[in-house]
Amino acid sequence: MTTIVAVADGIFDIRDGKPVLLGTRCTNCDNHMFPRQTGCPRCLFNEQEDVELATRGTLWTWTVQAFPPKAPPYLGPVGDDFKPYGVGYVELPGQLRVEGRLTISDPEQLKIGMEMELVLDPLSIDDDGNQVVTYAFAPVENGDQS
Amino acid sequence: MSDVAIVGIGMHEFGRHDGISGMDQGVTAVRRALADCGQQWSDMEFAVGGSMDGGAADTMVSRIGLTGLPFTNVVNGCATGGTALAQAVNTIQSGAGDLGIAIGFDKHEKGAFRIKGPRGKDWYGGSGLALTTQFFGMKINRYMHQYGITQPTLAKVGAKAFRNGALNPMAWRRKPLSEEEVAESLMLSYPLTQYMFCSPGEGGVAMILCRADKAKQYTDRPIYLKAAAVRTRKFGSFEVLAPSIAIEHDPGPTAAASKAAFEMAGIGPEDVDVAQLQDTEAGAEIMHMAENGFCEHGEQEQMLANGETEINGRLPVNTDGGCLANGEPIGASGLRQVYENVLQLRGDAGERQVPNDPKVAYTHVYGAPGISGVTILSR
Repeated sequence: MTTIVAVADGIFDIRDGKPVLLGTRCTNCDNHMFPRQTGCPRCLFNEQEDVELATRGTLWTWTVQAFPPKAPPYLGPVGDDFKPYGVGYVELPGQLRVEGRLTISDPEQLKIGMEMELVLDPLSIDDDGNQVVTYAFAPVENGDQS
Repeated sequence: MSDVAIVGIGMHEFGRHDGISGMDQGVTAVRRALADCGQQWSDMEFAVGGSMDGGAADTMVSRIGLTGLPFTNVVNGCATGGTALAQAVNTIQSGAGDLGIAIGFDKHEKGAFRIKGPRGKDWYGGSGLALTTQFFGMKINRYMHQYGITQPTLAKVGAKAFRNGALNPMAWRRKPLSEEEVAESLMLSYPLTQYMFCSPGEGGVAMILCRADKAKQYTDRPIYLKAAAVRTRKFGSFEVLAPSIAIEHDPGPTAAASKAAFEMAGIGPEDVDVAQLQDTEAGAEIMHMAENGFCEHGEQEQMLANGETEINGRLPVNTDGGCLANGEPIGASGLRQVYENVLQLRGDAGERQVPNDPKVAYTHVYGAPGISGVTILSR
């Protein structure tokens, strides 16, 4: 069986086959940050705690990556194997807006305000035969399609 | 702001120039700027120069003259040229030099910018998120949703750029394209098509500045710098290459730089006769019209329909074809805008000359990771 590995450490954990984003919360002003970092750009305070971010939110804006990115750095398939993918910011209520790939790329199906949830998205197979994955947002089935 | 004047300008053609290095193009721009005001390199008391991919600007002295002058390299993303100019202004205002030169040049590989993170940890680029084009698609998509800007209006901006570029002998893309051709070209990053985007390119620009009270020694047509402001992003602004953004909203570095520049110059947007606004893509020009104070959000739809930003319109925007027709050599791009405004204010813009003797001209650059530079020039 293929082992699933994250594209990098410290960005998200994988739990029950789903990603959980690793963020930081400023203990002074409650500002949430992603990825993890030290120092708060909002209140300039330097005391933060590690938090896990919400796994659902609403689509704030989006586009479609219709041409293959340069590789490197891109790890996904390029050339004839390239498939367009959506990219968007999803607003996690009370926290922040996180940028990520979207599992759908049809402009007809993408609507600002629609409900999205985190899923794993396969990128490539590494030299050791592991499946490299990143996080992505997928529409919530039966979710609010506004 | 105590007065600084631009007395000489020089440019190397923008575009693709096989076999000519970015530095070569910078050197050509310097020689043309010197010739424009009848000065020698040995007359320059200081230099400020920048390039992202073209090499360290100060090394050009081995070709144009080892005169010993203080030469400062600046690298400031898309605002590199604007920052070089602002530093030159500061140098003159501080009294450290009376006559100096600001230089910007570049030469980039073809295609979208390759942006790499730290080796082995590049989850962002690895995941396919490190593309500036995505940001522009997402920003204008949200903006259209909020303010009712339509896709045909994006195409109008593209068609205007290529129409103006066709009138500019220094531009890269000189073939006019119809709104249909712009709208129907390849969709790259929804809602933006191929001809709505500028391309990384090549070129060089240099300009010679001096204390305003000495300007007439060098030219009979000095152009005065009324303001040069650079600002970076504040918390809550939506910027390129950001893995996350705050829910809180800030209007961004363009609005801040614009406000600062108008305060410095002591005038308002209604006083501007011609403007060069960062048009990395068609949507950026539209959004930057409002962010720079030239209209309210959403009014652009009607302004474009009325032709108000055409060369003979109420507020001509990107009269030289902007980034769309000229491409974007990062180091040179901001200075290209100033070059165009100097031509317009001198009345030397040829076929694309703005009518009725323009007196006040405005430039604006924007780039990663959230930086804007604005200048205001007057005759």
